[in-house]
Amino acid sequence: MIPAPFDYAAPSTVEEAVTVLADAGEDAKVLGGGQSLMPVLRMRLAAPTTVVDLGRIPELRGIREEADALVIGAMTTHDEVCRAESVRAHAALLAEATHTVADPQIRHRGTFGGSLAHADPAGDLLAPALALDASMTIAGPAGRRTVPAAEFFVDFFTTALAENEVLVEVRVPKHTGWQAHYEKFNRVAQAWSTVAVGAALRMEGGAIAEAKVGLTNMDTVPVRARTVEAALIGRPVTAEAIREAARDAAAGANPGTDANADAAYRTQLARVLTARAVTAAART
Amino acid sequence: MTETVDRELGKARTRKEDARLISGRTRWTDNITLPGMLHMAILRSPVARAGIGKIDTDQARASSGVVAVFTGADLAAEQGSLPCAWPITEDQKSPNAPSIADTTVNFAGEAVAVVVARSAAEARDAVDLIDVDYEDLPVVLDLETAAGDEEVIYPELGTNCSANWVFDSAQAGSGGDVEDAIRDADVVVRRKFRQQRLIPAFMEPRSVLVDPTGPQTTMYSATQVPHILRLMLAMSLGVPEHKIRVIAPDVGGGFGGKLQVTPEEFLTFLIGRRLGKPVKYTETRTESLLAAHHGRDQIQRLTLAARGDGTITGLKVELLADMGACLRLVTPGVPILGAFMFNAIYKIPAYHFSCTNVFTNKVPTDAYRGAGRPEATFGIERMMDELAVEIGVDPLEIREKNWIKHEEFPYTTVSTLTYDSGNYEAATARATELFGYPELRAEQARRRENGDPVQLGIGVSTFTEMCGLAPSRVLGSLNYSAGGWEHAEVRMLPTGKVEVVTGSSPHGQGHDTAWSQIVADRLGVPFEDVEVLHGDTQISQRGMDTYGSRSLVVGGIALVKALDKVIEKARPIAAHLLEAAEDDLEFTAGSFGVRGTGAAGVTIADIALAVFAAHDLPDGAEPNLDSEASYDPENFSFPHGTHLCATEVDTETGAVRIRSYVCVDDIGKVVNPLIAEGQVHGGLAQGIAQALYEEAVHDEFGTLTTASLADYLVPSAMDLPRFTTDMTETPATSNPLGVKGVGEAGTIASTPAVVNAVLDAVRQFGVRDIEMPCTPQRVWQAIQGGSK
Repeated sequence: MIPAPFDYAAPSTVEEAVTVLADAGEDAKVLGGGQSLMPVLRMRLAAPTTVVDLGRIPELRGIREEADALVIGAMTTHDEVCRAESVRAHAALLAEATHTVADPQIRHRGTFGGSLAHADPAGDLLAPALALDASMTIAGPAGRRTVPAAEFFVDFFTTALAENEVLVEVRVPKHTGWQAHYEKFNRVAQAWSTVAVGAALRMEGGAIAEAKVGLTNMDTVPVRARTVEAALIGRPVTAEAIREAARDAAAGANPGTDANADAAYRTQLARVLTARAVTAAART
Repeated sequence: MTETVDRELGKARTRKEDARLISGRTRWTDNITLPGMLHMAILRSPVARAGIGKIDTDQARASSGVVAVFTGADLAAEQGSLPCAWPITEDQKSPNAPSIADTTVNFAGEAVAVVVARSAAEARDAVDLIDVDYEDLPVVLDLETAAGDEEVIYPELGTNCSANWVFDSAQAGSGGDVEDAIRDADVVVRRKFRQQRLIPAFMEPRSVLVDPTGPQTTMYSATQVPHILRLMLAMSLGVPEHKIRVIAPDVGGGFGGKLQVTPEEFLTFLIGRRLGKPVKYTETRTESLLAAHHGRDQIQRLTLAARGDGTITGLKVELLADMGACLRLVTPGVPILGAFMFNAIYKIPAYHFSCTNVFTNKVPTDAYRGAGRPEATFGIERMMDELAVEIGVDPLEIREKNWIKHEEFPYTTVSTLTYDSGNYEAATARATELFGYPELRAEQARRRENGDPVQLGIGVSTFTEMCGLAPSRVLGSLNYSAGGWEHAEVRMLPTGKVEVVTGSSPHGQGHDTAWSQIVADRLGVPFEDVEVLHGDTQISQRGMDTYGSRSLVVGGIALVKALDKVIEKARPIAAHLLEAAEDDLEFTAGSFGVRGTGAAGVTIADIALAVFAAHDLPDGAEPNLDSEASYDPENFSFPHGTHLCATEVDTETGAVRIRSYVCVDDIGKVVNPLIAEGQVHGGLAQGIAQALYEEAVHDEFGTLTTASLADYLVPSAMDLPRFTTDMTETPATSNPLGVKGVGEAGTIASTPAVVNAVLDAVRQFGVRDIEMPCTPQRVWQAIQGGSK
């Protein structure tokens, strides 16, 4: 498994990275933790002329807490996200989902920003970022801009990032006290999600006051199950009520067909997993 | 006389080879680097069937570090045809099997060009610079369509059918006429099952290094069969056998996938000799999944005839077996091994088996763990459940009604094999006890009654298998080209240490440990004092290698016989040193002493030193204790077992979870229980993988879409339950250790146990069958379809 030859650059600041990318042209590729890019290179599914490694830029690492949001550096590893008390306290859904990513070895290499920028529809962190109304800070030649998650994910493996831009950090509004669960369905432990559902709930007096639900791998981009969210508000936590609310989980989604699931089966999974995710979140 | 002290046999020793194998700090073929070594990379066909037009290699030749580029035309004169050692019929049709395609390609992944360069990276880069004109031809992929000869892959053969092999009990005189049995039956069950194509997916990719310098051409290869490989290189390529040395260093798994003589080995050998320099080739994981042979891939049509009380009166088996694009080493014989196993542990009065071997544009199939026997066991064990449902009795009861009773052994079956021993009653009783069979049945009934979204299913599978691939005369009668004996040598070193040479070469089985235990047990030397040598034809000249659960039951017995010769050679020397009569000596715990005196004797180590000095030996004695033995068993070995599986089927998602798995295997006497249990665990994992996870899938163009481990789903420990394993012990009567093979047991029995359990959970919804692997989507769709 030998990649095609490429030039390698390891800038030490975001600005330098942007410059290197601009100079390298359209066949450059950004390397985060390598979770997805390395296999692609080794199998020669891609042959970039330049690989720009973001691993030596201190600004991109770490999690800081602001008044109303957590700000997670793009190169923060999955393991760091999983272990952060602040993520568990203010973005429990993200902690839950990150814990299901791959295995411990990969969680020590793979990065939060890398997963989002790669935008694999089966990736587990896209739907939680969308559901929690995260926004992405992007650096480019003209400076920095902010894009909400709903606009960041554009298509299959495609984001709002231009070729000469770098994802710097992700701002996740605090969901302090929200209860969350990420229900993942895959064929074997190491496989990508066939479908997965993330649910975050704000509970009041045993009923659901507010709900945010994101679907993984139900379309070319992550999907927000708005119909379900609306239907859950004010509902008591009973199996019947939740199942009823989850019935239209796939509304508006356009699920694809692959070796593991066709569209009809994915729709069924979305329905069932949504009910389970909401139920589990309500019980945490 | 020699007396075995039961000291080492039966001890659960951890394996002495594991530290080096697990750490990787050992001689894997790819770890070996020779001076001046070049590296080879292969361009493989992206299409499944095409004529080869122009191949432009100019850019590749000019690429950095490139030494040479070869195409089929360059090697056509000397490459010959890869060998098939098992022509199952006189009129078997077999196309030429080139190592590198010359005028046409017949499967995606077939070698089309080879680059040799100074580094592996440069070789790989240059492969991308080769341009091939493929003139597409219609592909033949579906097995049943291929058998209909609408499009014939090899016009010179006139058909896609390679051979038709038939066994009929009325003709053989071993039973009645199956058509009579079907006509007269109270109950006839007909089913069609598909054995999906599987990929052996061994951990160490195949690697081969050829060193043409020196008096012999040396080939290092990650192979299961160094001896067969050497012979086939000589016979197929016309290089004298004594000019070839083959070394299988440590080999990281095979499961039959390395029981092969490969295109990659032939190409490296030819090119290394052509260039006069060492050349190494190591495949990528994708190449391994794509181009190493696959397994299974059959369509089974089964007809089971029975009386109203469930007594079987006849079994008819009609198979289609996918050979792939050509015949590799034992490709055509794999389904034939199954012919003797469809009758399994049962008394079946009439039996008819026919198999048609068919070519398709896919990589060839060949042996994969169990080879023919898992397919047969799946067929009959699924049918036993279907019969139980038809008659309305418990699946255990229908099996007990039909199986061979303990007191009926030795028993000659309808397919003419003679089972030496077995105790199906004992294994089944123990398994049902460990499983909690009645309790689980009660829970199942409760869940059904409550309409629980998670339904419980209970699956049963019994099995026996012919293993210890062996009796040369029997293999000869099946038209197999080689014998089934095995060889061992014992070298007594002057310091009392022992070197053992085994012809059965391990690729993860634990020979080093098991053989050391046998030596320690027989000679009374410490376990640590034994070194086991293997895999190098210069050290181990004679051997038939490792497959078919044969190592212990054939090679282990050869070792016992060699060890007994050592003892007999030592006896007159011991008598001389003790100044006693030979007849008065007894050999116990590694020492000769005068019977009944209790006085200190001489140890085998003392005698080894005395023989080395040779100062004081009896007149005419040879100064040498070394011994060797070749052993050809009189019969196969017939392990058996009862496996019980409980699955929870999530009716909302179709997901199957194995709640508990119990198996009780009977492999006769056990040399090392830890190794035996490890073999069972690994076998269960692979059998369960066939039931639930693994499948080699091709698209409509014949491209393998499961050519990475992200798509070909090999389950990990995370996906498997905690296994409850146990053994009953019914010693084999056909060998002096009383041992039976265990390497394939778990794989053979587990697949039908799991599928039977899945069906048992969903049969209530009208589901009669689910194609393997029983993926969540297939299970869910079956429930939807069945309940309509």
